[in-house]
Amino acid sequence: MHFGKNMRTYYLILIPILVLFFAFNTFPLINGLIYSFTNSKGYGGFDWVGFRNYADLFTDTRVGNSYLFTFKMAVVGTIVINVLSLVLALALNSKIKFKTSLRGLYFIPNILGALVVGYVFNYFFTYILPFLTNTTSILADKGWAWVAVVAVCAWQAIAMNTIIYISGLQTVPQDIYEAGALDGASGWNKFRYLTFPLIMPFFTINMVLSMKNLLMVFDQIMSLTQGGPAQSTESISYLIYNNGLAGGQFGFQSANAVIFFVVIVTISVLQMRFLNSREEQL
Amino acid sequence: MEKSKLKEKVNWPVTILLIVGLITVLFPLYMTVVIAFKSPTEMTNTIEGILSLPSTWSFDNFAQAIAVTDFWHSLLNSVLITAATIGISILLHSLVAYAIGRNMTHHKPFRLSYYYIVSGMFVPFAILMLPLVKETAQLHIDSPIGVVLLYVVFFMPMNVLLYTGYLKNIPVALEEAARVDGSTTWSTYWKIIFPLMGPMHATVAVLTALGTWNDVMTPLVIMSGNITTLPLAQLTFQTQFGTNYNLAFASYLLAMLPMLIFYLFAQKKIINGVINGAVK
Repeated sequence: MHFGKNMRTYYLILIPILVLFFAFNTFPLINGLIYSFTNSKGYGGFDWVGFRNYADLFTDTRVGNSYLFTFKMAVVGTIVINVLSLVLALALNSKIKFKTSLRGLYFIPNILGALVVGYVFNYFFTYILPFLTNTTSILADKGWAWVAVVAVCAWQAIAMNTIIYISGLQTVPQDIYEAGALDGASGWNKFRYLTFPLIMPFFTINMVLSMKNLLMVFDQIMSLTQGGPAQSTESISYLIYNNGLAGGQFGFQSANAVIFFVVIVTISVLQMRFLNSREEQL
Repeated sequence: MEKSKLKEKVNWPVTILLIVGLITVLFPLYMTVVIAFKSPTEMTNTIEGILSLPSTWSFDNFAQAIAVTDFWHSLLNSVLITAATIGISILLHSLVAYAIGRNMTHHKPFRLSYYYIVSGMFVPFAILMLPLVKETAQLHIDSPIGVVLLYVVFFMPMNVLLYTGYLKNIPVALEEAARVDGSTTWSTYWKIIFPLMGPMHATVAVLTALGTWNDVMTPLVIMSGNITTLPLAQLTFQTQFGTNYNLAFASYLLAMLPMLIFYLFAQKKIINGVINGAVK
């Protein structure tokens, strides 16, 4: 009686929100899946083409190159970001002067918008860096433009990951180091056998976060390279946006998006499983 | 005694390295400021011409940038979209998390709803983007309203996860006591539980604010017509800046400024919010 009335309130809260969530998350997801089996241009009529879009995806060099670029950038970026932010976090967590101010300043890149940051660095790579290195702009170099994208993504992501590593380091009890010091642990060994295993969960978070964010990179591409030169820095998201909305490949890019979705889910799940099993071993 | 003294000794080499390393963070900002204040004639083709301090600190570029990018409108749109998203997210996400969190152990529909909503975290915007452009156009919400609605849906998985996690720390006994006094579920929630979730509201507000304020992709593909947000305006008016980099940088600085000012005042809250969001 009393109980039943309570449950009714809970359901009255839950159901409308589930409808909303379905309408703008699940429904477009299903729609995307449906469009992926058509030759829709995004306007006008379309025909069913079965699995042709999927078959074409695997032979399309532009799509293939966007996956190669995105993965190369994501893997290199994830490593660079995590190594540098771990070093930075250890430094910011040691006995330094101006600790709060330094932490606050190193976090600034993370609060700025990626698009504007990209524009500022675009100028830096075009006009400042060539002066210093006496070369042409790396943004115009097919072989090097991806490095610029990694650098700009890293500049912002390091700020975020460092803060997470610091919060991890703060969970490490100090007496562990005292016990370790008695056993003669110092320097690299202290980090390798004492600190790192204890902050492993934070390592997992940061690996998954940075990998996922880099795989979905969009704003930085928009402001740094627009996918160029010669389509060498076209990320998957950028290609879906560009060719799907303006390039008349609505159906084809929908198929690309479906594959991209599967890839992201698979990688996130694999990464978490692998890193979690490492956590248990330690 | 010797030992504790040693412990508190400041590590100066690391402090100095960290201060020197700040160049990597501050140089791009320095560059933005000096270019934004300079007149185009000062930008000689040397690195000194670009990076030296401006001979006069003039606000002309800013005045021009405000006019060219329709700054006040973009700012207003950004503020309205972000504020509406934060407000609705806090009210709606905490409420649904309450309904789910209090029932998921005993009632299967709530448990399934929890997994259904939280798994939405894995859905990248790239796959929803193309169908959503059509859907919002058909529903005539290809406007700031549609963008807010989408944000409320996109942030739901993360926020529901955060709120249900936090709810576990709030004892059910509190509500039961209120109910014995004849209070309904609805009023118990708003009077007792909602205020108790204060710290989590702050985390949700910070994460939602950072996510919406700087987002370009959603407004870019969803909003039609001449409506822009502050970051989107930088993209839209890129062609009008042309090679007048002083004007462009004044505009970039204006776009960065609201968040920098906000950070100056709420630094601790922002950092804590980001940590809570990632670690939970």
